[in-house]
Amino acid sequence: MPAKREITFETELFGSKTFLIYVEPVFSKAGETIGINYMGIDISDQVRKRERMIKIREEIAVQKAKETELNRTIHITEETMRAKQMLATMSHEIRSPLSGVVSMAEILGTTKLDREQRQLLDVMISSGDLVLKLINDILDLSKVESGVMKLEATKFRPREVVQHVLQTAAASLRKILTLEGNVADDVPIEVIGDVLRIRQILTNLISNAIKFTHEGKVGVKLFVVPEPPFAKEGSQNGSAVSTANQSTTNVPKEETCTSSQTSSDQRGFHGKKHEGSCQDRSQSERGTPVTNGTIDVTEEQAELPETTVWIRCDVHDTGIGIPENALPTLFKKYMQVSADHARKYGGTGLGLAICKQLVELMGGRLTVSSQVHCGSTFTFILPYKVSLSCDHSDDPDDDLSDMDDHGATDDDATAGFFQFQPRTLGSLFSSNGSSRTQNLLAHNIGYVNSHKINGFSENCYSFPTSNGQTKEMDLVEDACSVAEALEISPKPESSFSHSPDHDNESAICRDEHHHNVVNAENKVSTRDVSSCSETSREVDVKVKITEPQLPAERQGRSDSGFQSTLNSSREASNSISKPKILLVEDNKINVMVTRSMMKQLGHTIDVVNNGVEAVRAIQYHSYDLVLMDVCMPVMDGLQTTRLIRSFEETGNWDEAAKAGIEKPSPSSDSLQPDCTPPKRIPIIAMTANALSESADECSANGMDSFISKPVTFQKLKECLEQYL
Amino acid sequence: MERNPIRRQLAIMRQSLFDQGHVDEQFVQLEELQDDANPNFVEEVVTLYYRDSARIILNIEQALERKPFDFRKLDAYMHQFKGSSSSIGAKKVKAESTLFRECCKSGNGEGCMRSFQQLKKEYATLRKKLGAYFQ
Repeated sequence: MPAKREITFETELFGSKTFLIYVEPVFSKAGETIGINYMGIDISDQVRKRERMIKIREEIAVQKAKETELNRTIHITEETMRAKQMLATMSHEIRSPLSGVVSMAEILGTTKLDREQRQLLDVMISSGDLVLKLINDILDLSKVESGVMKLEATKFRPREVVQHVLQTAAASLRKILTLEGNVADDVPIEVIGDVLRIRQILTNLISNAIKFTHEGKVGVKLFVVPEPPFAKEGSQNGSAVSTANQSTTNVPKEETCTSSQTSSDQRGFHGKKHEGSCQDRSQSERGTPVTNGTIDVTEEQAELPETTVWIRCDVHDTGIGIPENALPTLFKKYMQVSADHARKYGGTGLGLAICKQLVELMGGRLTVSSQVHCGSTFTFILPYKVSLSCDHSDDPDDDLSDMDDHGATDDDATAGFFQFQPRTLGSLFSSNGSSRTQNLLAHNIGYVNSHKINGFSENCYSFPTSNGQTKEMDLVEDACSVAEALEISPKPESSFSHSPDHDNESAICRDEHHHNVVNAENKVSTRDVSSCSETSREVDVKVKITEPQLPAERQGRSDSGFQSTLNSSREASNSISKPKILLVEDNKINVMVTRSMMKQLGHTIDVVNNGVEAVRAIQYHSYDLVLMDVCMPVMDGLQTTRLIRSFEETGNWDEAAKAGIEKPSPSSDSLQPDCTPPKRIPIIAMTANALSESADECSANGMDSFISKPVTFQKLKECLEQYL
Repeated sequence: MERNPIRRQLAIMRQSLFDQGHVDEQFVQLEELQDDANPNFVEEVVTLYYRDSARIILNIEQALERKPFDFRKLDAYMHQFKGSSSSIGAKKVKAESTLFRECCKSGNGEGCMRSFQQLKKEYATLRKKLGAYFQ
């Protein structure tokens, strides 16, 4: 019954007060409740103290926990530091002997080796290079992180760097991509910075772009921007006007002419498209609009021996893109977009981390924007110093007279646009012998001097022999359409070499053109005019220079009748007068042997690897004979023959369309020299069975005869004699 | 003068290839395709064959690891392999391939395994012999 409780009262006078109330009943002697004892003790102070004690204890506990955490962290950090140090040391130690191994391997490569040895050696060297690169990356990263990295400050030419990096990338490019470099005219000819690091960053971004892009282009854009908001240096007052102080090239043209800043003058006059585009550039830059109009040219800067220019570099690609959720961790060390990516594309995940560190060390920023399946753009902005007292010895006043000299001598220095088109060389084939996607190895280097716009002289494109793929067709047609603009070919027949590749320069090349042009003539009539004009616009600005040492090589290699991807140049020229023969065969060895036999018989052949490609080939060209393998993937010989016969009977490709092969564009129908009813093409089956029922099946499907495999010279000869 | 013993040795090796049944007339076809313009044609074809068929062999091996056997697929692989082998005139290999296909058609898993082992042996033997011959 007795109760003891703490009750808190709110009093007006004294605030919150807590009383310990003790109530107990009072009993009479008889046990009746006659009253209560009511006691109240003011324990407000005690309560307060008690609460404070609790709080203090809590705080102490928290403190203790923090301390423990901290200690643990310190411990871990120390360990990490030690580990990093060890890693750096080890890497360094590893690097020396490893580069010894690679050097020795390279030297070994210069000695006489047989084919197998050379292959083994190549693997050795490429593996070694990879490891070396990895080690260098690790070392770089740890150097940057530990703050040991010292930045250089050397004069260099941005255009040359961009061009060089692109050139190197193009030389080892194994995909069909266009590499493009674009340096704005207001970017100074020479700047001061750490060229090695910048080159490293650029190379890394570009190789990433190439790695993750399978078609389209990779481009580098360099242009001047006003000082970005994150920069802490300079006389930043937060006002828009002063933010323009540092970026001297964003000065509008009026200022350029009159300003006392010799640097911007130099730039203004040295750019080939000068004032007009300077204006354009500044308009299009990411600058604040204010800078275009209201700049007070800073007198302060005129006094400075050096000015700082902020140059932004965009590396963009039309690759697989980066999903949004991967963007935040992109620059973290060892992070790749996903485990699948890491597996599929390789790499260590260090590259971007290094780039970011380097860029930030130099006082810049590295950012990325991307869209999945569309492409990505990596952007870094860096400040560069520009020395006013540099090699350009002209004063602003002498510029006008010196301009011509400059134009003559500084072509390379001022060339602002580079494009590297993919170019396939049939003479270099991949080691795993994939005949489909035969790729490229050398690239043509095209220079643009913006004031030297010539029509291009020779536009020699060559393509992989993925016969019948419309993409390649498009390429050819585009090239053709442009070639057409320059050359007029009188050749009546349409002939299309499936892998026109350039082994010889002059004569064959011209023949090629004629082939391609003839195709173009027949096709371009209904081809989109837009695509024509597009390519001609693009190409007009290019001047193609083919590398001189290559033709000799290719000439030699073209003589070997190799894989189906390699067609000797003779095919290109021969197929005009000789009968057109199509070989439909998927087995590479059979192709090689058959082709060689046909060559001995004096014929050159086109090769496709399955029925679908065969139909496409026939859709676009007329053949005098088709050798059709019966067993093939995608579509076998029997069905293919049926489709071809249906076309010959009906004059249309409806049956083929039902099978999923799209019809050719209308103009190609006019390819048939005999116009209306398609000629019946002799189709010879090449069958491994050679049993009687197989022969019946062949003729039931529309084949004229068969050759049993393995194919011999005699069999081919008889067949040709009968059907050609 | 010094070349004669080498040539003779080469001829002997070549003859043994035929006599031992490793290669057949198709090989002669390949040899006839070799000329000044293609001085190493046979070697090149053979190299390509080994490179290309290595893949098929691997596929077959992998397929033989999955039980039950997919005879259809095995037969398809072997058809390809046989085609290549016959094109270069690899007689014993081709014969073994035919056997393998027979086993596939009759669903004889044991037979397939045995035949494949034998085939690989012949394949390797041929490779060694041809390798020596080309050297």
